[in-house]
Amino acid sequence: MTAASLVVATVVLGVGTFAFRFAGPILRSRVEISPRLERLMAMAAIVLLAALVGIAAFLDGQEFAGIARPAGIAVGGVLAWHKKPFVVVVLAAAGTAAVLRHLGVP
Amino acid sequence: MRSIWRTLDRDLARDIALVCVADTIVGVSFGAITVSLGLPLWLPMLLSVVVFAGAAQFMFVGIVAAGGNPIAAVVAGLLVNARHLPFGFAIGDVLGTGWVRRIVGSHLMIDESVAFALAQREPQRRRAAYWACGITLFACWNLGVVAGAFGGTVVTNTDALGLDAAFPAVLLALILPAMRDPATRRAALAGVAIALVTAAFLPTGLPVLLALFGVLAGLRGIRTAQEAAA
Repeated sequence: MTAASLVVATVVLGVGTFAFRFAGPILRSRVEISPRLERLMAMAAIVLLAALVGIAAFLDGQEFAGIARPAGIAVGGVLAWHKKPFVVVVLAAAGTAAVLRHLGVP
Repeated sequence: MRSIWRTLDRDLARDIALVCVADTIVGVSFGAITVSLGLPLWLPMLLSVVVFAGAAQFMFVGIVAAGGNPIAAVVAGLLVNARHLPFGFAIGDVLGTGWVRRIVGSHLMIDESVAFALAQREPQRRRAAYWACGITLFACWNLGVVAGAFGGTVVTNTDALGLDAAFPAVLLALILPAMRDPATRRAALAGVAIALVTAAFLPTGLPVLLALFGVLAGLRGIRTAQEAAA
């Protein structure tokens, strides 16, 4: 692939991504938003983030991600549910996955 | 802009700094992997400044390096990034008013900055969390990518460090407080189920968008909450 086509592809992806990012704040500022719609949109964002977590936990592309990763995320999730500090949650998740892999768990 | 840094308390700053460290390491690996795939040195850097979305960047580079069509790489990246549209609806007000803030703030919209903003209660803290997270992660990510592109293969296997578990755990920790609300929890669990089932046969990005239908499972709860407030 030529350098020129790589630059064009990168810029098109960048502009398209920016359009997705920019559309929300702009449309929001033009319409009256009811408290109910406000809650609905916040809920939608939480649902999207939850879906990202679910996909990232179990899948690598379309393949099963193995055991170490979901196990680490689960440990983090339990600690977070019990309101442990953010740093503890994240390091425990990474540490669990790393140690399991070190022990040969996929 | 200075008020943003003043509103940040030490806990929030420390949490963002931790994500920043993890993000830098993944950035190093992105830069190193891209160059090791035989792609030009400038590509990971240009992508990271212009696109600034890790998952889409890895996908783009993977397709291009495999000899795929650049149009296919762009379409795949856009599909992964379409989630920013509903993100913008949800947190658009934290960017502030004025074109500069809206434009710069939109470019800093990533999963982490959105999640950090949603996790705060007061509007001022939301704004501070969003901007601080967006600015620091933009800096860390790009510095990491530059270091990785020039430095080569120091950290190419971030899985050995468990970083692939760290990022979902970051998002999970930030959304769990909202999931204590039963309606939101129902919606999120329904969304996750939809995403996991459809991921088996749909291209990356689409299952996450379909998860939005999970909101239907939380609709009744919203109505009750409003009636309760009224």
